[in-house]
Amino acid sequence: MTNLGIAANGLRKSYGDKTVLDGIDLHIPTGSVFALLGPNGAGKTTAVKILSTLITADAGQARVAGHDLTTQAQAVRAAIGVTGQFSAVDGLITGEENMLLMADLHHLPTHEGRRIAAELLDRFDLTEAAKKPASTYSGGMKRRLDIAMTLVGGPRVIFLDEPTTGLDPRSRHTMWQIIRELVTGGVTVFLTTQYLEEADQLADRIAVLHDGRIAAEGTAEELKRLVPGGHVRLRFTDPAAYRTAATALREATGDDDALTLHLPSDGSQRELRSLLDWLDAAGIEADELTLHTPDLDDVFFALTEAAR
Amino acid sequence: MSTPPAPARPARISLAVRDSSTMLRRNLLHARRYPSLTLNLLLTPIMLLLLFVYIFGDTMSAGIGGGDRSDYIAYIVPGLLLMTIGSTTIGTAVSVSNDMTEGIIARFRTMAIHRPSVLVGHVVGSVLQSVMSVVLVGAVAVAIGFRSTDATVLEWLAAFGLLVLFALALTWIAVGMGLSSPNAEAASNNAMPLILLPLLSSAFVPVDTMPGWFRPIAEYQPFTPAIETLRGLLLGTGIGHNGWLAVAWCVGLAVLGYLWSTSKFNSDPK
Repeated sequence: MTNLGIAANGLRKSYGDKTVLDGIDLHIPTGSVFALLGPNGAGKTTAVKILSTLITADAGQARVAGHDLTTQAQAVRAAIGVTGQFSAVDGLITGEENMLLMADLHHLPTHEGRRIAAELLDRFDLTEAAKKPASTYSGGMKRRLDIAMTLVGGPRVIFLDEPTTGLDPRSRHTMWQIIRELVTGGVTVFLTTQYLEEADQLADRIAVLHDGRIAAEGTAEELKRLVPGGHVRLRFTDPAAYRTAATALREATGDDDALTLHLPSDGSQRELRSLLDWLDAAGIEADELTLHTPDLDDVFFALTEAAR
Repeated sequence: MSTPPAPARPARISLAVRDSSTMLRRNLLHARRYPSLTLNLLLTPIMLLLLFVYIFGDTMSAGIGGGDRSDYIAYIVPGLLLMTIGSTTIGTAVSVSNDMTEGIIARFRTMAIHRPSVLVGHVVGSVLQSVMSVVLVGAVAVAIGFRSTDATVLEWLAAFGLLVLFALALTWIAVGMGLSSPNAEAASNNAMPLILLPLLSSAFVPVDTMPGWFRPIAEYQPFTPAIETLRGLLLGTGIGHNGWLAVAWCVGLAVLGYLWSTSKFNSDPK
């Protein structure tokens, strides 16, 4: 268990008769980024709340940073940092005061607390706003302050619950950069997101959470292999041309309403050229040709729809 | 990975003190930045003091068998000082309830801090605010003619001690009310008894002038014995069994409020 940042077995949680987590297992190596992916209401936040000692599970065991969640909760708390979905900053006091509050609660000596606070404010581009109340910050600034506060105690396991939800594209990329830098220090990152691109960009391993269960787990590449390969999409404007092509191309699947045909393809230059040659020879001329390689969206929809 | 040993008792106590004083600093910072709530709540007892002295004073004074309105000032000041505490603690309930909706409370819960320190910070901050409010209302009372010159230093200290103990008791109850309320409006409503109870006590008229059926309501509540005790200490009237009753009420309410608040705070947040 020592090389696992987070290990969980059979975690369950229900509220009333609504089951939110229906037995999830996690094995997350120390120093890796793990993304829990799922739509709204899949149970991502509940999983974070349980693993960060905020709420207790109804059943199952878990160890975080080597400490048991139920019997050594205080040791777990000493090892983790949490940035929740709703900003965990004190809006009534300034950014700097928020940072010093964290330093005090981590029992750092005054001068060291000040040094770390100033360093982190600088690193997250908040020095200029440090003397302003946090309630006046923009969404991106609040999120940066939130993460800066999480880092004050030097946590070994960091939970980030939807860290980029509600951020504009620029702030999102800044946040991604921040998360990438976190892992270089050997920190384990547990990330939840509803954006497939985010999981693809950041995570070493991804689990898809659906209806309280883990529907699939693996690297982004492994997950993409779970769905049928890529395809070429041919779109027609003339129904007659569409029907001719559909008859000629037996292996294509068609959408009669949209006048489009899907042909399986691995997307290689060689295969694409032979397809084009063949279309020319058959006298088929599509109005639009697009190439589609499988991405996590395909995986996600395949997994969540199959379960329905 | 080895487990760090549980800290020894002295270390735990110093952790509790350290975290509580950090939380207290946070709450005082809030109160200093946003003093309007505290000041608003101060207005009620000061307005009542001026109203009862300058508008109703002569009639009330005659009603309790005194001479002029200065006798009535002496009669109502102890009650109004305790009412000031009740009023301040409504602010406590509101600010605790507001605070619980803040994301930072969730952060505190996931940190290796002494958990009750979040509440202790609120309580100590609120007691300090109560004391300051009592001093302000007391100053207004002295300015309009209240005198307690016959009391000894010991009686003065005992009066101060009673005010602090009373503030501590009501504050813990108010924290419990704040934690049990879904939002600030509900907290404000739920804490209303803290300012209504003194109206049903011996603050404005003696209990034995009230209708017989009503007397038990005035007698069996914390304000009346506390008011009678404070009156005795400041003005030399008889205290009798009210002293012990007042202390018992305070200790009982403080313990009840502490247990209620900590069990609310330790249960899983929604």
